[in-house]
This record gives sequence, C-alpha cells and structure tokens, in this order.
Amino acid sequence: MHLDGNVLAGPLLELFREDMTTATARCASCGDVSVLATAMVYDAAPGWCVRCHVCGDVLLTFVRAGDRLRIDLRGVTALELPAG
Amino acid sequence: MGTVASTSAETPSGRSIWIDVPDWAGNIAGQHVDVRLTAPDGYQATRSYSLASSGPSPRLQLAVDKLPDGEVSPYLVDDLRAGDMLELRGPLGGWFVWSPSVEQPVQLIAGGSGVVPLVAMIRAHAASGSTAPMQLLYSVRTPDDRFFADELEKLDNITYAYTRSGPPDATIGRLTKERLAAAVLPVGSAVFVCGPTGFVEAVASWLVDLGHDASLIKTERFGGA
Amino acid sequence: MSIFTRGFSGRGRDNNPALPPGQYLTEDFPVLSAGPTPNVDTDTWEFTITTETGKVHRWNWEQLMALPTEDIHTDIHCVTRWSKLGTTWRGVSLDTLFADVETEYDYVMEHSYGGYTTNAPYEDLRDGKAWIAHTFEGEPLDPEHGGPARLLVPHLYFWKSAKWIRGLTMMAEDDPGFWEQNGYHIYGDPWQEQRYW
Repeated sequence: MHLDGNVLAGPLLELFREDMTTATARCASCGDVSVLATAMVYDAAPGWCVRCHVCGDVLLTFVRAGDRLRIDLRGVTALELPAG
Repeated sequence: MGTVASTSAETPSGRSIWIDVPDWAGNIAGQHVDVRLTAPDGYQATRSYSLASSGPSPRLQLAVDKLPDGEVSPYLVDDLRAGDMLELRGPLGGWFVWSPSVEQPVQLIAGGSGVVPLVAMIRAHAASGSTAPMQLLYSVRTPDDRFFADELEKLDNITYAYTRSGPPDATIGRLTKERLAAAVLPVGSAVFVCGPTGFVEAVASWLVDLGHDASLIKTERFGGA
Repeated sequence: MSIFTRGFSGRGRDNNPALPPGQYLTEDFPVLSAGPTPNVDTDTWEFTITTETGKVHRWNWEQLMALPTEDIHTDIHCVTRWSKLGTTWRGVSLDTLFADVETEYDYVMEHSYGGYTTNAPYEDLRDGKAWIAHTFEGEPLDPEHGGPARLLVPHLYFWKSAKWIRGLTMMAEDDPGFWEQNGYHIYGDPWQEQRYW
C-alpha cells in the first residue's frame, strides 16, 4: 500500500524551502509530467520511495538517516514550480 | 511549537485536538501539519495530520483516529492532554486545498477520518459565502464513527454511506460504483477524495469510469499509524 | 531544537535481551515495500547466480523444490524498529545453491522481481546463514511478504532479505543496493545498530 505525494510537503520543505507538492516532476522513465502531489509514496520508513503514478518507476527516494536527510532524484529529469 | 488547548472525543476511537500556535500564519482548507513526537532517549516519530480548521485563527483543530497498531495516533488520542506542548510543522501542502476563488461545483468524498480536511473545506465554504454548490459523500462504518457528527447533522448536503450498520432506511455495505454515481455531482465538478488508500483508489477509478475528468479529481490517501 | 514530548516513549522499546538495541517486539508481520507487489508466477519463476566469468547458474521452481530443504527457526529484525521472535521458515540453503558455483569475488548483489536490489558480503550468505525461503509458518510465503520466494538473511536487518528474489550477481566490490545508495548502512548488523551510514 502507498500514500500519495501530499505527504511529501513537510520533508521536501526542509530541502527546497518551498512547497514542492504543487511542483511538477518529469519522470525519467516514461516522460509523464505531473504534480508531485499525485506521485505514489511507499512510506516504508525510514526510507520513502516515491514512484511515478503513470509507469510506477522510481522518481525519488527519501531517507531520514539519523540527523541527516538524504533525497535521491534519480528518476526526475525536470522539476518546475511557479516562480515565487 | 503549539500548546494543546483542549481535546474531546469525536468517536469511540477518535479525538479532536485544539492546539494554540501563537505565530501561526494561517492556512487554507485542506492543508495538513506534520506532528513530531520526541521520546526522552531522543527517538522521534513524525506523522502528517489534516487540519479541520482554516483561515487566520491561531487555534488549530486536528481530528485523529487511533490506529490499533499505530505509534503516534494512540499517543495523540489516549495520552495527550491540555497544556502539553506539541511540535508541529505547517501549514503544509498546496495541492489538496479548496479556496473560495474556485467557482466550480465541488463534490467531497470521504472515507472514515478522511473527512477531516473535507470538513475544513465545508467550513471555509460556509464562512466565505461562496455560491458554488458543495456536497459531501461520507463513507463511514457506523453512525457512531462519524467525526463532527453534531456539526454535520445540521447540514443537508451530505450523503452517508454506512459500511457496517446504520439507520433502518439506509443501505448498508461498502460503497459501489452505482451508489457513487447516484450520490455525486455531475461531470465537470471539482472532486476531492480523502480516505484510506484502497478507498481512494476505488473511488477515483469509478469516477473516471463515470466520465469525470481525472484532472478535476484530487486525492489524498492517509496511512496514519 | 526539539523538546521531549510528555508521556511519549515510542513503541515498547523494552530491555528484552533478545531484542537488538532500539528495537521493539511485534506479534504482527508488518509489510514494508518500496513498491507494488509484483505478480510472480512459479510457472515462469527462475533464480540465477551469475559469476564474474558470465556463467549463469539457473533453477526453475521445480528444480528448486527438488533440492534439500531446511526448517529455519529465527528472529528477524527490521530497520523500522520492529523485531519478530521465533519465526519459522522453510527453504533451500544458499550453501546448496552455491555448491557448484566457482567465484573469486567476495560480494553479492541480490536482485528482485520488481527491480529492488540489496548488497551483502558473500561470506554472510554461506555456512548456514542464508536461505531462499518459500514457506512461512507452514504456509506458502504470501506475495506481500516476498512470495513465492525471498532471500532470508536473518542475522542482518531485514531489508537485506530481498523479497521476490530473482537472482544473485557476484561482485568484486561491495557496491551499494537500492537503499544502501541512499543512506542505509552498507552492512546492516542489527546488534551494532547499523541502520544508516
């Protein structure tokens, strides 16, 4: 079972200092461009695996390792958010 | 950082929690907060909870359902009391939100405690004087399991779908595509669906089958624990 | 800055000597996964071991079932802090599967149906320390727990016991797998509490 990208708002805020759930991400695997809020989040804490809601491939992983936060954007070829 | 102002029972397993956050910047209906608990040995657990409140008020309302095998929700429901300090971050999320500038009719669909952010939208809608139609379809186990029961009782734009037991004249059982079709606003409405993952997946796919535009359907799945 | 939360201690982290540090006891079997459960059919299932020469050792389901099986009684420890004591599994020892494999390499990458990977030293998969398990508590292993077959390496954190196991590839270096690339510990000994690097 998985959650959706809404739950990424807090964790991604730590890295990007913006609400990234309304940002679009382009999937490296299938090219779909969707807001991160619609991504599938497998929240097997402490590691979260975020997958494209169209093709299911990995967009990014997110690990809270002790006092560090590590985000791997392996499956995202572009991020776009409204200029603030 | 917030201070718990009060708590009150919503259902046999759920509680409302009011929290004062003096420097709260205000929030839009549908947003959530991340609550972080810290044990004496430094162990931390963080979970997301939707806000039932919106607007500028620095008194926030959460409504939390206790998951039996959970770690954070049992603490919030059973142990938390007025005067406790609670570390929270927010408001969070700019996607699963409703604001009065939306002019489309709005269909809200809740499964269980997924009603919380949708109640925030109902309240914001009422407070704004918006003329856009808004109605709620609320799937819940029994009448006793309804969050905000007294408040919702006063509204006439709500359809209940009881899955375990309910009034004699009600259809009891899991929501079906046919019951969904009969209860929701027509194609072209904005739709917000919030609930457990299986519920959200089923409802969203039925809506698309019924001709609703996927781009007008916003979903939020909750895990809890 | 964080404050302590009055009355919150986390879930049952008591001082049971059978529990590694920071773990709590569970009677359930939580399902953890980085993706959807793949539909793996035993009619087309195969397991391979690939060495540095490119040689591929293959077993189909029937061949796996024909190998000697062992009953395994063990505790399992998940990095998400739950431990489950006294579990019973049945499967084929990796010693049996490696019997005819010739390799000079010291490390192994585990590959799963669905794309998951995790790494381990070769010596941690030998001498009665690792199995391909197909039965849990007397029943065929449920797909959500890795069925039809998963690796079982119970002396390491359970993310090293790859679900839906499809093959092992010998490696010269200890290259990191899926989670190890992103913050999980390269080895993962629960008694040393090696959760992250």
